[in-house]
Amino acid sequence: MSNGYAIAVNQLRKTYGKEQFVAVDDVSFHVDKGEVFGLIGPDGAGKTSIFRVLTTLLLAEKGTASVEGYDVQKDYKQIRKIIGYMPGRFSLYPDLTVAENLNFFATVFGTTVEENYHLIADIYVQLEPFKDRRAGKLSGGMKQKLALCCALIHKPVVLFLDEPTTGVDPVSRKEFWEMLKRLKAQGITILVSTPYMDEAALCDRIALIQQGKILSIDTPENMVKQYPEQLYAIKADQTYELIKALRKYPEVLDCYAFGDYTHVSFKHVFEDDLLRRYLMSEGLSQIEIKPAVPTIEDYFIKLLKS
Amino acid sequence: MMFFISWQEALNVAIKHMAMKQFINFVKKEFAHVLRDKKTLLILFGMPVMQILIFGFALTNEVKNSKIIVMDQAKDLASQQIISKIAASRYFDIENTVMNTVQMDAEFRKGKIRMALVFPAGFNEALLHQGKAQIQVIADASDPNTANTLSNYVSAIVQDYQSSVDNRVTVPYRIVPVLRMLYNPQLKGAPNFVPGVMALVLMLVCVMMTAISIVKEKETGTMEVLLVSPFQPILVILSKAVPYLLLSLVNVASILLLSVYVLDLPINGSILLLFAESTLFIITCLSIGILISIKTNSQQLAMLISLMGMFLPTVLFSGFMFPIENMPYPLQLISNLVPAKWFYMIIKSIMIKGLGFAAIWKETLILAGFTVVLLAVSLKSFKIRLA
Repeated sequence: MSNGYAIAVNQLRKTYGKEQFVAVDDVSFHVDKGEVFGLIGPDGAGKTSIFRVLTTLLLAEKGTASVEGYDVQKDYKQIRKIIGYMPGRFSLYPDLTVAENLNFFATVFGTTVEENYHLIADIYVQLEPFKDRRAGKLSGGMKQKLALCCALIHKPVVLFLDEPTTGVDPVSRKEFWEMLKRLKAQGITILVSTPYMDEAALCDRIALIQQGKILSIDTPENMVKQYPEQLYAIKADQTYELIKALRKYPEVLDCYAFGDYTHVSFKHVFEDDLLRRYLMSEGLSQIEIKPAVPTIEDYFIKLLKS
Repeated sequence: MMFFISWQEALNVAIKHMAMKQFINFVKKEFAHVLRDKKTLLILFGMPVMQILIFGFALTNEVKNSKIIVMDQAKDLASQQIISKIAASRYFDIENTVMNTVQMDAEFRKGKIRMALVFPAGFNEALLHQGKAQIQVIADASDPNTANTLSNYVSAIVQDYQSSVDNRVTVPYRIVPVLRMLYNPQLKGAPNFVPGVMALVLMLVCVMMTAISIVKEKETGTMEVLLVSPFQPILVILSKAVPYLLLSLVNVASILLLSVYVLDLPINGSILLLFAESTLFIITCLSIGILISIKTNSQQLAMLISLMGMFLPTVLFSGFMFPIENMPYPLQLISNLVPAKWFYMIIKSIMIKGLGFAAIWKETLILAGFTVVLLAVSLKSFKIRLA
């Protein structure tokens, strides 16, 4: 049943326990070959459940899913041969050294480190100085790089990365995404999940998930373009007081904290002076107002509220 | 056609070769886990040594050098001869002599004295002229087993003395029981507990450590990665068992060496048979460990089940701590379900009695039956997915 997609998910539903807690609710999406597809959503949105169904670790109640045309239930053996999987938790052996971990996973997949070294060369050069160090003694970023190497060592066709950058420092996160770009260039399809919205923009296409449901699937650019209102970033000396004041302001449609700023959209018209005067009358100073370019996060918040 | 067959055969060989290489690599990794964890190593190799030494020297139920007191109101030839005979035996140390019952009671209350001997005035006179004399033996029965053993020893010594006196006078009829303690003439404790300790140690090492090491992979998430690989899931489990099988055999060897060279307990039967039976029991234990690991998801739970479900029944029902014959019938039936009981019987027969396979084939068959059933259940309940 080849459908031309690297991953195809059709009306998938997954519940847990006797209470039938719904983790994945009627989810459908597909990933093209060679694409970097992101599942974006907060903790508990159902990302890991989708990953586990696709990596043949869990069975879904309803719906179908396939990887490279293989059914996740029937053809699980074929799927296990061609995919690479990096679970959310650190899943290497802390008491084995870097080199031992890599060799072990290479053998498990019936290959050798030498055979596919070119795939991991970029990443492994950074690990090479520590190759005799136990994996448990590596820093968070190094651990993730090693886990990625281990997931890549058998030259998978599809790579599943479940929150690969959670708990990793910003610099390592950036490096990690650069590596993903290089892997994409090698033709590997990548399904990645992340709770970080800034990483969403680095995917080819993304699906926004909340409480087991997909809210929207599109390219990051299109999502941002779809944002209907003009967005403003406002800052004042007291952020909390600022939000309280803005909520009372009749023209304000929506406002929420966004980093150092507060992102605000307006119902009809927006007049800088009027707002400034109002905020000052509310006892705020050092007021800064500027137009803002909406991000995926803004779009996500908008979707959640509608 | 010929070409086709040979091509397929070549492929099969290649696959087998690959699987073998994977398996060996897996076993190597498992050894690394065990050998790099100092705590595991300590439990693995320290425990058998500790247990043998503790059971051998500290927790012994042999009665030696018990402190007794004597109240000799006779102070004549016969009483003095008996007292010196008792003092000479290695079972008793005469701590003190007291003059009256008040002093005697005070000594007992201190708790150090196990027994008191009272010779009435005119002991020798009575013995010679009435042909009958009495010694009062007062024992501290707060520990009934010791009290019993000690009073038996005293009776034996007195009997012995009496027969030496009797030689001088001729008694028409006499029945002398000649005792012979088979297999363990000195009534040492070691023959009893060495097989027991072996069962215990193997149970602990194989069941608990195997279960924990597999569950650990589930807990840390490495099992997830292993499942999502072409590696046969059941091989993951089997390759976990191999290192523990080998390490347990090392344990068997070290227990046997200790019992022979430290506890002076010779191995009367075939060493080869002993190791073969141990291997069978180790495989039984490993299959229990594997079953536990399949059914549980946390290391704590695996440990708890291993301890409560396996360790306790082994101590209670294998027969090495508490004789099974004395148990109520339902408990005797339950004891049949404890694999360690059968292993204990087998090892005792080989090590102590020096019997061959002909004497233990029934027990061996039962143990093998356990293993087959447990392995079948494990294989059946093994999950190729997470849930």
